Amino acid sequence: MEIKLTLNGRPLIASIDADTLLIDFVRSHGCYSVKRGCETANCGLCTVLLDGTPVLSCSVLAARAAGHHVQTLEGLQEEAADFAGFIADQGAEQCGFCNPGFVMNTIALLRENPDPTDDEIRAYLAGNLCRCSGYEGQLRGIRAYLDSRKGAEA
Amino acid sequence: MSENRFRVVNQPVRKKDAMQLLLGKPAYVDDVTPHDCLVVKVLRSPHAHALIEEINTDIALKVPGVACVFTWKDVPQKRFTMAGQTYPEPSPYDRLILDQRVRFVGDAVAIVAGESEKAVDKALKLIKVKYQVLKPVLDFRTAKDNKILVHPEDNWRALCPVGADNQRNLCASDTCGDGDVDAVLADCDEVVDHVYHTKACQQAMMETFRTYTEMDPYGRLHIVSSTQIVFHVRRIIANALDIPKSKIHVEKPRIGGGFGAKQTVVAEVYPALVTWKTGRPAKMIYTREECQIAGSPRHEMQVHVRVGANRDGVIRAIDVYTLSNTGAFGEHGPTTVGLSGHKSIPLYTGNLEAFRFAYDVVYTNVQAAGAYRGYGATQGIFAVESAVSELAGRLGIDPVAIREKNMVREGQIMQAYYNEPANACALDRCMARCKEIFGWDEKYPVRDMGNGKVRTAGVAMAMQGSGISGVDVGSATIKLSDEGFYNLMIGAADMGTGCDTILAQMAAECLDCGMEDIAVFGADSDASPYDSGSYASSTTYVTGKAVEKACTELRANICALAADMLSCRPDEVEFAGRTVRRLDGAGEVSLADIATKSMCGNTTAVEATATHSSPVSPPPFMVGMAEIELDTETGQMDVIDYAAVVDCGTPVNPNLARVQTEGGIVQGIGMALYEDVTYEPTGRIMENSFMQYKIPTRLDMGKLRVEFESSYEQTGPFGAKSIGEIVINTPSPAIAHAIAHATGVWHRELPITPEKVLWGIKHGQA
Amino acid sequence: MLTIGQYTRPESLDEAYALCQKKNNVVLGGMLWLKMQHRNVGTVIDLCDLGLDKIEEDETAYRIGAMVSLRALEQHAGLAALTGGAMAHATQHIVGVQFRNCATLGGSLWGRFGFSDVLTLLLALDARVHLHHAGEMPLADFAALPRTTRDILTHVTIPKAQGRVVYLSQRNISTDFPVLTCALRARDGQYTCVIGARPMPAAVFADESGLLAQGITEDSARAFADDIAARAVFGSNMRASADYRREICRVLVRRGLLALSKEG
Repeated sequence: MEIKLTLNGRPLIASIDADTLLIDFVRSHGCYSVKRGCETANCGLCTVLLDGTPVLSCSVLAARAAGHHVQTLEGLQEEAADFAGFIADQGAEQCGFCNPGFVMNTIALLRENPDPTDDEIRAYLAGNLCRCSGYEGQLRGIRAYLDSRKGAEA
Repeated sequence: MSENRFRVVNQPVRKKDAMQLLLGKPAYVDDVTPHDCLVVKVLRSPHAHALIEEINTDIALKVPGVACVFTWKDVPQKRFTMAGQTYPEPSPYDRLILDQRVRFVGDAVAIVAGESEKAVDKALKLIKVKYQVLKPVLDFRTAKDNKILVHPEDNWRALCPVGADNQRNLCASDTCGDGDVDAVLADCDEVVDHVYHTKACQQAMMETFRTYTEMDPYGRLHIVSSTQIVFHVRRIIANALDIPKSKIHVEKPRIGGGFGAKQTVVAEVYPALVTWKTGRPAKMIYTREECQIAGSPRHEMQVHVRVGANRDGVIRAIDVYTLSNTGAFGEHGPTTVGLSGHKSIPLYTGNLEAFRFAYDVVYTNVQAAGAYRGYGATQGIFAVESAVSELAGRLGIDPVAIREKNMVREGQIMQAYYNEPANACALDRCMARCKEIFGWDEKYPVRDMGNGKVRTAGVAMAMQGSGISGVDVGSATIKLSDEGFYNLMIGAADMGTGCDTILAQMAAECLDCGMEDIAVFGADSDASPYDSGSYASSTTYVTGKAVEKACTELRANICALAADMLSCRPDEVEFAGRTVRRLDGAGEVSLADIATKSMCGNTTAVEATATHSSPVSPPPFMVGMAEIELDTETGQMDVIDYAAVVDCGTPVNPNLARVQTEGGIVQGIGMALYEDVTYEPTGRIMENSFMQYKIPTRLDMGKLRVEFESSYEQTGPFGAKSIGEIVINTPSPAIAHAIAHATGVWHRELPITPEKVLWGIKHGQA
Repeated sequence: MLTIGQYTRPESLDEAYALCQKKNNVVLGGMLWLKMQHRNVGTVIDLCDLGLDKIEEDETAYRIGAMVSLRALEQHAGLAALTGGAMAHATQHIVGVQFRNCATLGGSLWGRFGFSDVLTLLLALDARVHLHHAGEMPLADFAALPRTTRDILTHVTIPKAQGRVVYLSQRNISTDFPVLTCALRARDGQYTCVIGARPMPAAVFADESGLLAQGITEDSARAFADDIAARAVFGSNMRASADYRREICRVLVRRGLLALSKEG
C-alpha cells in the first residue's frame, strides 16, 4: 500500500506492506538512530515522536502514521544537542544504544514539563531502559542542563 | 595520593564518541552494514534433550527468496568452543555449529538464510524435524555422575587439565587449599555453615547479539560483529568452519553493551557459515527472546560456605564448595567457577589460618552459560559475604567491625589468591569512608517507619582481578601522523565502557598532548595489534600498560628523527609535547614538522607497537552499603540509598569509573531482587523477554553515591587497577544482609522477591 | 511473528463492524499485545478516523472514546478529580509514558486481561461499555462476554456520582504487571471492592455481610479485608502464588479502606 506522511519535516510518499512497523519504516529511510531492543514494548529504544507525542515505533504500524508527522532524532539534532552535552559531561551515555530513545523521550518530557522535579524525570523516563549507566548519571546530566538553563535565564 | 599528579589521566574528560552516540549517529552493526544481504535465522529445539532422527528441508527450500537451509549434516564435524579465551582454551571443545543431538530448549537445529525476513520465517515453519526425545538433566544438583549424559560423544575433548570428564557430566573439577580447614573450623567458637544459590542471570545488554558477514575482494571472510573479542572470534570461526585463520578478518563497530555476553561467539557462526557456503553477504540479528534463551548468561551456582571464627570475631577459616551449572556447553565453565572462591575468600586474609576451595562444574540440558561481569566472583561473594554478616550477627559484633577486624590489608599475602600480595589495597579506607558517607551507625539499626514499614541497612565488601595473570595480552600501536596528531590502534574493544577514551587519556598523558590529538582505532583483527580482548577487567590495566610502553618507544623514535633534523644526537634532544628541542637550547623543531619530515625521505618509523602481559592480577576492592525500606506486611522492598567506595587504583577517568560503578550497582540490585530465571518442566525458560525478565528501571533504585579511595598500583598504568566487574558484586550480599537484619531471616537464594520476604517473616525461614 | 494482509481505516462504525465480522480480521488498538502474537491477520481495522479519541462529559458522566490513550486517562484533570487521583494510580505503573501513549482504553478493555489495572478500576467505578452492535452494558457484563464476540467497542462511560475511590496495586518491580490490583469505592454508605490480577480478571465484591455498616475502623477494615481475601479466588503464576496474593489482598483492602476513611 502507499502512504503519505511527513518524516522529520520532509513530506514522503512510500510504498509499504500493511504490516510494516514504523521502526522498520524509519530505519529503511535512513533514520538509524531508532533502535530495536526488545520485541515486547518494554525498552523504549525505538521511541519516536508521532505528531509530537512519544510512542514506541516497534508497536505502531507505518500505515497508522500515514497523514501524520513522524520525528526521529535525525530531525531533532539541535534540540537534542542542547542537553546531550550535559549527559556527555557525566559519561552517562556509555554504550549509547539506548541513547536515542532516551534523548527523544527527554525532549518530549521537557516540551511537556520544562522544569521537572527529579521524581517527575524518573517517572517520565521509566519506560527507557538502560543497562549501562545505572540511570543516576543521566539524571545528573538532565539536572545540570536544567540548572544551566535557569542560570541563563536569571 | 594521585591528586594533581597527572594532566590528562585522572581527569573527567568526555568520552570520545559521546556526542555521536547521544545524537544517534549510525554506529552499530545493523547501522553500518548493508541491508540487502541475506537474513539469517536459526530453527531452535523445542526439546531439552533429543536426537534429530530426520530433518526434511525440501519444502522450506522451495519458499521463494530462501537461499539455503543447513542442518547438522552440512557442518564440519570437528568440535570447538565458542568461549572467547586465550588458546588453548580451558573451555572444552564440545560444540558443533549444528549437532544431531540437541541439548537445551533453544539449541540450534537448522540455519535458514533468505532474502527477506518473511521468507525466512516461512521457511523455518516448513522444516520438518522428527526428534527422538530423550530424558534431560535439568537439575544441576543431580547432574554429576547422572546416567543421562549431556555430552556422550567420542570427539568431545578438553584441551586443558581442568578436571573435565564428559562421561560424568563434568566440565571441570578441582580442590585447593591451605592449612587444615576442618581442624581449624572444629576449633572455632562459631561456624556459619550454609548453602547459597544464584541464578543464570542475563547480561541484558541493550544491543542484542548481531553479526554481518561477507566475502571481501581477496576471498576472505569479513566479519563485522558486536564482539568484545575480535581475535578470538577469528580463531573460533576458523575452528568452527574448519578453515585457515588467514581466511578471516573480524572487526567490531560500536558495541551496544556487552557485560561479558559478547566474550562468547554467540551469533557469529551462523551468518559465517552462510556466507562461507554461499559466498553471499549475510546478517544475523538476535531477537531479545533468543538472547534470553540461547545467549550466554551467568553460571547458576550453588555455593556451600563454612566460615569459622572465635568469639572475638577473628575469622580463622573459610571453606567453600561451589557447584556450577554450565548448561549444555562448557563456555567459561572451568574458569568462572574459580573466582567464586579465589575472589571471595581472600577478602578475609587478615587472620585466616586455613582455607579450602573445591568445585564441580556440571553439564545440564539448559541454556549454556558464559561470561557475565563478575564472572563467578559475584556468586561467591554473595555467599561468603552473607555468611560473614550472619556470623557477625551470631557473635553480636557489628558487621562493619567484623570486617575491619579481618579484611585483607595492604602488604598482606593473599593465600587464597594464588599467594599474590595485596600491594595496593585501600579496602580499609573504603570501609571507613563508606561508613562515614552512608551514615552506617544511624542507618543500621532497624527503624520503624509506621504503616508496617521498617528501614535498615546491610554491608558487603568485594574484590575482583585486573586481567588474567600470565595469560592476557594487551597491545597498542601509536603513530605520529600529519600535522602532529597521533593514531592509537588497539585490539581491545570499547563496549561503551570508554576504553577508547581512557587509553587515549593515557597516550595524551605520555605524549604531552591533548585528547583531540589522539585518534583511536579498534578493534580489527587485521589492523589492530594483538589483544586478548576486553574481558576479565583487563583493558585498563593490561592494555593501558601497553599504551604507556608504546608511547615511550614512540617518543624515542620521534626524538631520533628530530635529532636528525636538528643535526645532533638523539640524547641531545628532549621531547616537549608539541616540539622536540635541543637540550643546549640551540634549536627546536615542531611536531608538525617532524610529522612532515617523517613522510619525506625518511627511514625512521614514527610508529611503535608495544605488548604487555602481567604476571599478577592486582585486585580492585570495594565496599557497598545498602539502605532498604521493607514493608513487613507485603514483603515489598525498596533500596532507598546505596553508598559505595571503590579502590580501583587511580581512576583514569573519574566520570567513567563512577558511571561504571553506578551501572554495576543497579545491575547488581536487579540480580538481588528482580532478575529470575525459572524453567517449565520441559526445560523451557519462562523469563524469555523483557516483559518477564525484569531488569531495574530508574524507579527501582534509590539514591546512589559513589566515591573512590585510591591506592596506587605500581604495576598498572599510572597506578590504575580495574573497575569494570567488581562493581556488580556488593548489592546481592548487602541487600540480603539488610533484609535479614530487618526480618531476622536470611535469604540464601536470589532473587529475593517480596513473596519470599513475606513468607520469611511469616514462617521464620526462607 | 505477526503478519497482516491489509490495513484499513473505515469511515464509519458500520463499515468497521462489517469488517470485523470476518474471523481473521482484527480491530487495531494500541497494537502492543497484538504485535506479540504469532498469527496471520487478514485485515486490521484502524478506528483512528472515527473520532473515538475524545474524553467528553455531560452532567452525569464522562464519555471516553475507545481510542483514548491510557496516558490521556492518566493526565485528565476531570477524571483525576472524580477518582481522587485513582485514575493516575491505575495507569502510571504501566511500562512507560510511550507505552501508555500507544495503549488505548478500548484495547485494554477488549483484551479483558487478568492483569489489567484499568479493568480493575473501571469496574469499581460502575463504568458502562458501548458496543456498536450490542449496545450499552455494564462493564462487568462486557467482561463476561465470550471472547469470540465480534463487535466494536466504541465508548466507555463513567458516571460522575462516585463518592470516594482508592486504587492500590502490588508489583514485584515498578513497571511490571501487577501481582494484585485493588480498587475500592465508597458511595452513599455502600462499598465496592474490586480485586484484579488474581491473576484471573478482576472480580467485584460488595459488603454483603455489612462488615462496614458502622463505618471504617481499624477493626472493620481488617474484618472486611479478611472477608474479601477469603471469598476471592486466587491463582498462581510466575509472579506470585495464590497464597501470597491472598495475603496481599488482605493488606491492600485494609490499607485501601483506611485510606478511604481518611479521605472522607
